[in-house]
Amino acid sequence: MIRLSWLQFRSEAVVAAAALAAFAVLLAATGPHLFHLYDISGVATCQARGNCVSLASTLINKIPGYYELVYFGATGILLAVPLIIGAFWGAPLVAREFEAGTFRLAWTQGVSRERWITTKLAVVGLGAMVTAGLFSLVLTWWAGPIDTAAALKENNSITFIRLGFMLFATRGITPVGYAAFSFALGVSAGVLIRRTLPAMAATLGVFAAVQIGWPIWVRSHLIAPAHIAVALTAANIPGLGQGPGGTIMANPPNLSSLSGDWILSFQTVDPAGHVFNAATVPACSGNSPNTQVCGAALGALHLRDVIAYQPASRFWAFQWYETGIFLAAAVVLAGFCLWWVRRRRLG
Amino acid sequence: MRGVIETVGLGKRYGQDWALRDCTLALPEGRIIGLVGPNGAGKTTLLHLAVGLLAPTAGTITVLGERPGAGPTQLARIGFVAQDTPTYTRMSVSNHLRLGAWLNPGWDEALARHRIGQLGLDPRQRAGSLSGGERAQLALTLALAKRPDLLLLDEPVASLDPLARRDFLRGLMEAVAEQGMSVVLSSHLVADLERVCDYLVVLVASRVRVAGEVNALLSSHYRLSGPRRDPGVLPAAVEIVEESHTDKQSTLLVRTDDPIHDPSWSVKPVSLEDLVLAYMSRARDDHAPRLEVVP
Repeated sequence: MIRLSWLQFRSEAVVAAAALAAFAVLLAATGPHLFHLYDISGVATCQARGNCVSLASTLINKIPGYYELVYFGATGILLAVPLIIGAFWGAPLVAREFEAGTFRLAWTQGVSRERWITTKLAVVGLGAMVTAGLFSLVLTWWAGPIDTAAALKENNSITFIRLGFMLFATRGITPVGYAAFSFALGVSAGVLIRRTLPAMAATLGVFAAVQIGWPIWVRSHLIAPAHIAVALTAANIPGLGQGPGGTIMANPPNLSSLSGDWILSFQTVDPAGHVFNAATVPACSGNSPNTQVCGAALGALHLRDVIAYQPASRFWAFQWYETGIFLAAAVVLAGFCLWWVRRRRLG
Repeated sequence: MRGVIETVGLGKRYGQDWALRDCTLALPEGRIIGLVGPNGAGKTTLLHLAVGLLAPTAGTITVLGERPGAGPTQLARIGFVAQDTPTYTRMSVSNHLRLGAWLNPGWDEALARHRIGQLGLDPRQRAGSLSGGERAQLALTLALAKRPDLLLLDEPVASLDPLARRDFLRGLMEAVAEQGMSVVLSSHLVADLERVCDYLVVLVASRVRVAGEVNALLSSHYRLSGPRRDPGVLPAAVEIVEESHTDKQSTLLVRTDDPIHDPSWSVKPVSLEDLVLAYMSRARDDHAPRLEVVP
């Protein structure tokens, strides 16, 4: 049954290998130059000298523009790999057998249906995980210099934080978990819907929703966030922001110690620890308060910003957690497919 | 004599509709059994129940002494050719043979190769580019090379042209002569089965109407014609399958084990086709509304 599963998966595997080879060649061609720029930039040893922000910015500016294209393109490909695997490998796996009626051929040979579906899930699922893992390995290696520099840069957005939406899902081992999950999701959609195209569409829709919803609602809760309190002075308040419940908060100052960390929320509190609303200060109320006057007024009040965040150092802990969760979900879905195929007596 | 397929009160329901109902059969071993009935009569349902693709709603079925779906060892003893002879379009002929070899413990590679060679099929050709007749032959080869004890074929020739139909049935007959397995073959055309079957089951509107050896069926059915009269005057042992009356004449198709002695009837043998058609039209009339007959 393993040989048959491989025989039927072979053409997809060849396509995947070709795509992976093209991807690797593109990145391998530009990688050495990128690493050379990184080595001469001094970013690797900047922590000791405390000039990371400026060195990182210089490096980012030195990197040729088309590398940026490769960077975003390759990251986009990594986001798409699990989607494609789920829709094109997962969904048709059983649905196509129903559509073509070939399940009547497959399920009447001298092999139990349980072995048939288990072997197919294992062989193609393993192929999906290896494929996604290799794509991620190549990109994680290539993008290393840019990811490091981007995290150290001033004013980095959530996009360039390693725990953020874009980088986290396309680096390290998470693509392996996503690929396994998306594949099992596709097979499940196929056994339920029994038609290839609708199953593919359902897989794409559900997995895309998970891909978007997960970092927004779930990821930050996997580990309890760390908290840090920063004293606000007239000098370090960059501006005002909207806090929870419509309150006006003093934005947290840029702290190089938080570079690459994922800031979840902040709250301005007064010395007694109560939530402070800047709108109660006359200098800061109104439609467009003067930042300097407002900052000076707030600075005199001995306020603190309490910041909830996920430290960048938790990157690998998050990677293992999330990969584990998606692999477990994939196993549950695979179990559902097995149960369904065993139970089902079809016409 | 043990039956290859034995059913008692077997039924399969989809929602409110019975696809097969009250089916009690004992199909004998070593025969070529024809399963005939119009489309939608329940032939496919019966075969799918036999091969474990369906589970019964009511009653029991045993195939080769075991419940269908009991396990791979039973499936390895059954060769099944499904309706429209499904094959993997993108897979080559030789890969189909590999599939058979990998999945079936009793696979006869020499037999498979020999048949493919005899049919003149190119092993490298994809199944999707085969003609309907070639595809049916490939599916039959897969089933035969399992060296099954029982071969089940669901409308294998329905979509074939007359020449391919003849070749397929000829190939089937040769294989049966060599391997000596039991065969159940379904069709909605009696003509397909007449030449090959020695046992017949007529299935109409989800019920078995008549089942028996072809010779026994032919020797117990007669067509009677004579002056118009009430069919009630016939002896009780004579079962009327079909009757038609004109102003002057009555024509009956009857089943009886005793000879008809009444000289006013002209007695003629019936063809298998007439016999089956008579049962089919009776089943149809059963469903049509009719007047109550007050005795």
